[in-house]
Amino acid sequence: MTAAERPTPEGGPGAAAPEAPLYVDLDAAIRETPVAEALAQLEDDLIGLRPVKERVREIAGLLLLGKVRERAGLQTERPTLHMSFTGRPGTGKTTVAMRMARILHLLGYVRKGHLVVATRDDLVGQYVGHTAPKTKEVVKRAMGGVLFIDEAYYLYRPENERDYGQEAIEMLLQVMENHREDLVVILAGYGDRMDTFFRSNPGFHSRIAHHLEFPDYSADELMTIAEGMVAQQQYRFDDGSRAAFREYIARRMRQPHFANARSMRNAIDRIKLRQASRLLASAGRVAVDELRRIDAADVRASRVFREE
Amino acid sequence: MRVTQGTFSFLPDLTDDEIRAQVQYCLDHDWPISIEWTDDPHPRNYYWEMWGNPMFDVKDAAAVMLELAACRRAHPEVYVRVSGYDRRLGRQTTAISFIVQRPAEEPGFRLVREEGADRQVRYSTIAYATDKPAGQRYAPRT
Repeated sequence: MTAAERPTPEGGPGAAAPEAPLYVDLDAAIRETPVAEALAQLEDDLIGLRPVKERVREIAGLLLLGKVRERAGLQTERPTLHMSFTGRPGTGKTTVAMRMARILHLLGYVRKGHLVVATRDDLVGQYVGHTAPKTKEVVKRAMGGVLFIDEAYYLYRPENERDYGQEAIEMLLQVMENHREDLVVILAGYGDRMDTFFRSNPGFHSRIAHHLEFPDYSADELMTIAEGMVAQQQYRFDDGSRAAFREYIARRMRQPHFANARSMRNAIDRIKLRQASRLLASAGRVAVDELRRIDAADVRASRVFREE
Repeated sequence: MRVTQGTFSFLPDLTDDEIRAQVQYCLDHDWPISIEWTDDPHPRNYYWEMWGNPMFDVKDAAAVMLELAACRRAHPEVYVRVSGYDRRLGRQTTAISFIVQRPAEEPGFRLVREEGADRQVRYSTIAYATDKPAGQRYAPRT
C-alpha cells in the first residue's frame, strides 16, 4: 500500500556522475525492506490516530527515499530524526514510539532499534554532580536505539534556578547534536505543557524535526479498543454489557483524569474483578462460557454510574 | 619492549573502528564490557583499575567508545584494556580482553635470577616502569 502514494518517476537525474544508474527501482527498494510490513502492522494494530499514522508513513517514506538516493550515489545528509510526541495520557505515545524504533531500525537509521523509556527521575540526580553520570548512563543504554523521555517538561523547573534538571537538559542537547548517528531522542508529554517547555528551551525546539500530535480517541474508537482488549484476554461482552460499556465510556470521558486507552484498560481490569466476585458468590456449577461473559451488572456497578 | 597481553596482542594495535567492531561482537553475544587501566604492565598484575562500572545493559558499541574516549583523555599514557565478560552458567569468565591503548615508550622488563640452595635458580621479572612511583611511570606525551 505504500507503493501507491510514492512518486514513482524519481529516477533520472541526468546531472549525476556518468556511471551512475539512470533509473532506480523504487518497488524493489520497498520490497527489500520489511518496512511496509511494519507500517501495515501499525495501521492494523493501532486504532484511530489517523494524523499520527500519516506522519509516521511520511517519515518512513522520506527515510526510505534517503536510502535509495544513497544507493544511487546522490549525496544524502542524514536527516535529523529527533521527535516530539504530544498528546493527552493514554493516546498511545509509548506504543507508537516502540513502533517508530522498529521502523527506524528496519530502515537502518538506528543500529539496534530498542526503546529506552526515561523520566525525570532517571535523568536528574539528587545532589551536585549526580546528574551528569545519571544522564550519561541512560544515554549510553539508549545508544543504537531510541531514547523516549516521558513528560519531558518536568526536566525544566523554572521556579528553582538551582534545579539540576537544567544540567540534564544541556547534556541531552549535546547528545542530540553530537550523537545523531547513535540515537534518536523522542520527547513526549501533554501538548500545552510541551509548548511552554519548548518556548523556554529553544535549543530543543530547533533540534527536533518532527512534531507529532496525538489526538484524543473518539467514543467509538475507545469502544473498539476496549473490545480488542477484552477479546485479547479471552473475555467477551454480551449485548447488555456492550451497551452498558458504551454508556460507561460516554460518562467516563466527561470526568476528570480521563486517560483514554489507559482508562479503558483500568476499567476492564475492574470489571474482571467484579465478574470474578459475582461468579464466586453464585458458586455451584457454571458454564465455561460464563467465565468469559461480562454481564451488564459488572459494568454498571462502576462508580462512574453512581455519580450524578 | 611491546607488551603482549590478552587477545589480538600479537597483531598491530587495533584502530578505533576495529575496536568498535570487536566491542559490538561482544555486546551481540551478551558479554558486558568493562574498561580498565593500569600503569603496571607486569603480566601477573591481573587487577587493573576500573574505569567506571562494567557496562551492563548497553546494546551498542557507541556507548563503550564514548567511555573509552573519556578514559583515554583522563589517562593518556597508560595501558587501557577492554574486556567482555561471559556470564552464562558454565562459562562465567572473561571471554575476551584486549589492550586498546599503550604508552608511547614501553621500557620492558628486567629478568632477575636468584641463586638458591643446590645451585637452584628462581626467576622473576620486574617492569622497569615500576621503578618509579605510580603516576610517574610513563612520561606525558609531548
